[in-house]
Amino acid sequence: MSEASGLGSGTGTPPLAAGSSAEGEPGWTAAVRRRLDGRLPLEEVLPTRQPAFVGSWVYVFGVVTIAALVWVLVSGTVLAFMGSAWWHTSDLGHFFNSIHFWSVQMFFIFMVLHLWGQYWGAGWRDGRAKTWMVGVVLFLVSIVTAFTGYLIQQNFDSQWIAVNAKDAINATGLGGFFNVLNFGQMYGIHVMLFPIALTLLVVLHIVQVRSRGVVRPIGDPYVPDTGESASTGASQ
Amino acid sequence: MNGRRPKIDKTDYYRGIRMTPYDLIKEISIATVGILVAVLILSAVLSSPDIPSATIQAWAKSDPVDFVTTAASELAGQTTTAQYGPPYTTGSGSVQSIGPIEPQVWAGVHVAVNAPLDFVLQPLSQATVGDQTLASALTTFNNASAAQQQKWLATYNQALGSAKLVDNEVSVPSGDYGPVPVLMSRLLTLARSGGLDALLLTSEHFYQTDFSKPLLFLSDGGYFPGLAQAQDLTGSQWGMMNETGRYPGQAWLWLFTLWYQVPPIGSASNADLLVVVVMTVLSLGLLLVPFIPGLRDVPRWIPVHKLIWRQHYRSMTK
Repeated sequence: MSEASGLGSGTGTPPLAAGSSAEGEPGWTAAVRRRLDGRLPLEEVLPTRQPAFVGSWVYVFGVVTIAALVWVLVSGTVLAFMGSAWWHTSDLGHFFNSIHFWSVQMFFIFMVLHLWGQYWGAGWRDGRAKTWMVGVVLFLVSIVTAFTGYLIQQNFDSQWIAVNAKDAINATGLGGFFNVLNFGQMYGIHVMLFPIALTLLVVLHIVQVRSRGVVRPIGDPYVPDTGESASTGASQ
Repeated sequence: MNGRRPKIDKTDYYRGIRMTPYDLIKEISIATVGILVAVLILSAVLSSPDIPSATIQAWAKSDPVDFVTTAASELAGQTTTAQYGPPYTTGSGSVQSIGPIEPQVWAGVHVAVNAPLDFVLQPLSQATVGDQTLASALTTFNNASAAQQQKWLATYNQALGSAKLVDNEVSVPSGDYGPVPVLMSRLLTLARSGGLDALLLTSEHFYQTDFSKPLLFLSDGGYFPGLAQAQDLTGSQWGMMNETGRYPGQAWLWLFTLWYQVPPIGSASNADLLVVVVMTVLSLGLLLVPFIPGLRDVPRWIPVHKLIWRQHYRSMTK
């Protein structure tokens, strides 16, 4: 078995790559550049080699979730551009709404499969707890984003969801600030704030995954060169 | 399985693992095109749901007795909205708390709704132009004492129990209702014309996007929940995660909806707050799985991972 050729030197806090133009330079910009150079070189962002166990079907779900998100964002952009009432009065608009609707369904199906896959593989091991946590936040933010989307459909479904959801939100004391009966408020939140938050979180999640690499299979833990027993499997 | 990130060189981390060629861009491209094809097929074949909005106009036309009964109750301040509590009113009818924990009360009124004024008297006052009978009835009602107003409304609301539709008007047995029948008749006419839908949206601004008042008014009647019942959308029908028609809804809310079906929680007067608390705790649990003994160990105890990495374990055996 070969060494991890092509994986670069992506360690937790690796030394600065020789020849980096930011090496030794003072300032915040140079510090950020040094950090990015060390933690996320291009070969980590766009790897050409991966551990063979990544060939498992479970690794497909994350990529497919992102693919679905792409079409959620594309169809949502078209719907936002054409105006909130467009899809009720135009066949083409309704078709784009259908694309948005089914993309969201796909997004959630594959995100949940990805989440379960990561749970059963204990994907948080070996320093990946933050990656798991950002993923869970992504899941929760996605639910709220979808919820606001259902509220701004401008049809009976959105009316009914709003009228019923208000009681739970009011009970928390947030109803006056997150008023689900206020279309304008929900529209702005759905088409602007949450998509930006979601996209940033996805980027952060991908960076976390790429910078640390995928976790080793359970039962085949990382054993440091020191010869001591592995920490990765011991606490499972 | 702790969540701390050890300082491990990735080359060292994958020591002993066979590395294979991998084309990330190709994988993403195939996934993106594949999802697009699937979504296009689903959209073309199944379309998406769009049941038209309920309107106060449709309500007044299809069930005028329910409309008038609701409007009279709004005027009497006896509806759910009129007595709701924060963030709409200072009442306590729908205030939920857990012991001394009352976030709804602490937050206070931020979307103020005065049901008699906002839903009935104000729209009627805007419709008095050219209608002297209505103007006179409004003046009579407004000048009467609160006790007299409540007496008229109580008698009228009781009579609505035997109301009939005569010549497309809501008719009740004779009684001392003061100006209330005129007010209700004019409000019904206004609602049937579609004018009330618009008047409930008006404020000091030209542009309107806040539908709080018309939605609250709709929700106080029996017509609106009846439409939902027909679409299998009520709480007892797992309505939160259902969609109109035969489409998938917010299936990801299944756990949130589940608690409303569990009697001790679902039947409690503070069910919404209890469910929110339960879901907050569960969400925190999911977030903190890497740090919770037992929960983080389940993947080792139940060997689903042997399916996930089947090929890898086979290669290890060899």
